[in-house]
Amino acid sequence: MTDNIYMPYLMKVEKITWEAPGVKTFMLKFVNDEDQVNFSFKAGQFGEYSVYGAGESTFCIASSPTRKGYIECTFRQTGKVTNALANCEEGSVIGFRGPYGNIFPIDEWKGKNLLFIAGGIALPPMRCVIWNALDIRENFRDVTIIYGARSVKDLVYKYELEEWQRRKDIKLITTVDPGGEAPDWRGEIGFVPTIVEKAAPSSQNTVAIVCGPPVMIKYTFPVLAKLGFADENIYTTLENRMKCGFGKCGRCNVGKVYVCKDGPVFTLAQLKELPDEY
Amino acid sequence: MNIEKRYIRKGSLEKLFEIIKSDSRTVVGPSARNDKISFKKIEKYSEITADYIQTTQSAKETAFPRTEKILDYSKNSDGISVIGTDLNEIPEIVLWGVRPCDTIGAGELSAIFNWDYRDEIYNNRKSHIAVLGFSCSKADEYCFCTSVGGNPGSTEGSDILFTRAGDDGDYLAEIMTEKGLQIASLAPDLFEKDGNVDKSGYLAKVPVKFDREQVREKLEKLFESGMWVDQSLKCLGCGACAYVCPTCACFDIQDEAHGRSGSRIRCWDSCGFSIFTLHTSGHNPREVQSQRWRQRIMHKFSYMPDRLAVYGCTGCGRCSRACPADMNILEQLISIQEAIV
Amino acid sequence: MDDLIKRAKELLESSRVKVVIGYENGTDGKTRALFAEKPGDADNLVFNSRCIMNLAAYVTKKEIRNKGKMALIATLPVMRAVIQLASEYQVNDDNLLVLGITPESKLIEFKDLAEVEKFVHQFQIEIDSRNKEMLDKIEKMTPSERWDFWIQELSPCFKCYACRAACPMCYCSRCTVDFNQPQWIPVPSHELGNLEWHIMRAIHLAGRCIDCDACYNACPLAIPLNLLTKRMLQDARENFGGYQPSLKADHLMSTFKPEDKDNFIL
Repeated sequence: MTDNIYMPYLMKVEKITWEAPGVKTFMLKFVNDEDQVNFSFKAGQFGEYSVYGAGESTFCIASSPTRKGYIECTFRQTGKVTNALANCEEGSVIGFRGPYGNIFPIDEWKGKNLLFIAGGIALPPMRCVIWNALDIRENFRDVTIIYGARSVKDLVYKYELEEWQRRKDIKLITTVDPGGEAPDWRGEIGFVPTIVEKAAPSSQNTVAIVCGPPVMIKYTFPVLAKLGFADENIYTTLENRMKCGFGKCGRCNVGKVYVCKDGPVFTLAQLKELPDEY
Repeated sequence: MNIEKRYIRKGSLEKLFEIIKSDSRTVVGPSARNDKISFKKIEKYSEITADYIQTTQSAKETAFPRTEKILDYSKNSDGISVIGTDLNEIPEIVLWGVRPCDTIGAGELSAIFNWDYRDEIYNNRKSHIAVLGFSCSKADEYCFCTSVGGNPGSTEGSDILFTRAGDDGDYLAEIMTEKGLQIASLAPDLFEKDGNVDKSGYLAKVPVKFDREQVREKLEKLFESGMWVDQSLKCLGCGACAYVCPTCACFDIQDEAHGRSGSRIRCWDSCGFSIFTLHTSGHNPREVQSQRWRQRIMHKFSYMPDRLAVYGCTGCGRCSRACPADMNILEQLISIQEAIV
Repeated sequence: MDDLIKRAKELLESSRVKVVIGYENGTDGKTRALFAEKPGDADNLVFNSRCIMNLAAYVTKKEIRNKGKMALIATLPVMRAVIQLASEYQVNDDNLLVLGITPESKLIEFKDLAEVEKFVHQFQIEIDSRNKEMLDKIEKMTPSERWDFWIQELSPCFKCYACRAACPMCYCSRCTVDFNQPQWIPVPSHELGNLEWHIMRAIHLAGRCIDCDACYNACPLAIPLNLLTKRMLQDARENFGGYQPSLKADHLMSTFKPEDKDNFIL
């Protein structure tokens, strides 16, 4: 790596998985072995993924740091860069700058129960920490995952959901919005906050990690509060418009916080201190 | 090193310029075009605009250009080759005629570009600049450097600071750094001994208008205040204030493709633009101008001192001079200090 | 201007309008926009020869429109802008009242926009002699000289978009430059990109520009970009008949008439 902090690593798209309409997962490997050897990251961190000629886009690193040799990202085709990424094929070379941002304090969670709540395309930022936890499963007590999407086809990581369903050491509840079910759907039907309330997970010695679209988050936090979760024990990730990823371009600045440096992982307690500008 | 004080006689500045130029150095100085003064490459001494209160643009362009390539790429059948900016290609520049408000501002800019991640492109450019500052003998109602920790004769950030030392056109030269000594050593005869001039008599009077610490304290309680709407009604949402400001560093990163090759470019941006914080989803955290105006003030007077231990304003007044709507930041800051919380 | 202040106060007190947009004294002898919402605010209204900002730029801003019916203190250029905006459905008699100031600095209140149009049509838009001279000079240049001239004039531009912000006709909620699929106009400021921006803006003003020079006055670098818009004005006039902003006119860029000249088609 040169001194130029704007220089991306060159990454080869090793495998593309089509998760849901408009949503793809890329498995990326470093083009230069030297970069691979020197690279490490922790769950929660993000990167700037670029298509040369189109620009850069910010996504979390969706794979676990316990899995070496590659990183994964999941994105939805929405804008200029994500559309350019979606046009990449296996074998294409893209750029990656990172890892940036803070981490899920997974070490502090050892010995506790973990409750993961995610909605739609917000499962990717949590996937890294879910797999990280599962890879060192013995360190945690109960692991519960509640995941919902608008409809069956919008669920991401469908194969992994099946795997988690089969495992005895995870309690997985999947749900789709009313009207989103398919004839053979055997999961729950209801909005995520409703399903969380129904499942009524215990807040005793439990850490909750919540990621989802703003409307889901808005209705989930009160449910958790009712269940007795303290704000310091609820974690979430924040998205904001970013460009540089390292606190210089000014875009992600909210109050005294820079989402790229002080986040993207925040506790609800920290979130409540922020002005409503994100 | 100890400050070396020297005396420069009338006419010697021009000679110094010629000697610096003949040493094959690039000189960047203030030059007027259409009556607006910006910093440009100067070939002849006569191009330098003399006798002005403030330049239109700041000198930040020399270390932080408005448009700068950060890498070039080209795609071919084997893959992609990417080349970063050649940090060895950056030329040595003598920045002539910068005011103390700009030299201090450079320090604030450096704080942003070195916060945890060191931007070596910026640092390289900065380290190749020798700063010849000039004190202010005149000020106007837009200036407020003394309210933000500066003063018209401040040596902070200059390699040599020149101050008028007589009515004749003589100057005091305060050589502050090794780099300054190097420049001075190009023309030792021009830097005469006996530089013990009291410069305070030749500096502009800039009355203190507000206390930035008090403004910072007030801002802690003013986020939800209705004053932001009132203050920003006439703001038109352009980027003039950010672009002329010596400490504004917000930037955009854009790719420009030309067929199979192209470059990634870093360019100036402004938090005052409506799309600055716009998400691709359409959600915009700062949808109205009052939120963006608030961000400008908060960032400079509350968030920056909190996180970077420097304020984001040097009191140069350029933003107020350039603003097409006459937003006048000084007025706004005074009303913040006077606000009842 | 006492009768101006008096009238503004009356309008606010009677709630006939919710905000009066006028001029107040600013920094260093300049004047700037004043938004009087309480009758007492109107005491700060002034009018003098330094009131050159085109206040019509504010009547399309939602923060100001949301206050309710607006009264706008309008000199001739501002009135022209209002008529053009009205013809583009941006203002109407329900949301705007015009308090006109004649070229002799007399207050004249208009009952409705039709009266404003009648007043405005008494005067022709004349390009001033200094700029006319400049336009003629450029006209005599060869294409390559003209290219060099514009590259030189426009390369100092740092794309602050003050010209766009101050122009009453630039009210698009999302400007062409704000799109990135595709990125029609490059974001960074460089020679070609600057040329593209200014030419595009001039073309978007074809048949709409009322020659108020707000763009030039707003430019922090005093770039003579109004020469482009003035040339557009000349072309609109020469090729498409006389030119006046009118409430019910045909819009130049969206109307085709069989008699339109096509001598520019090679």
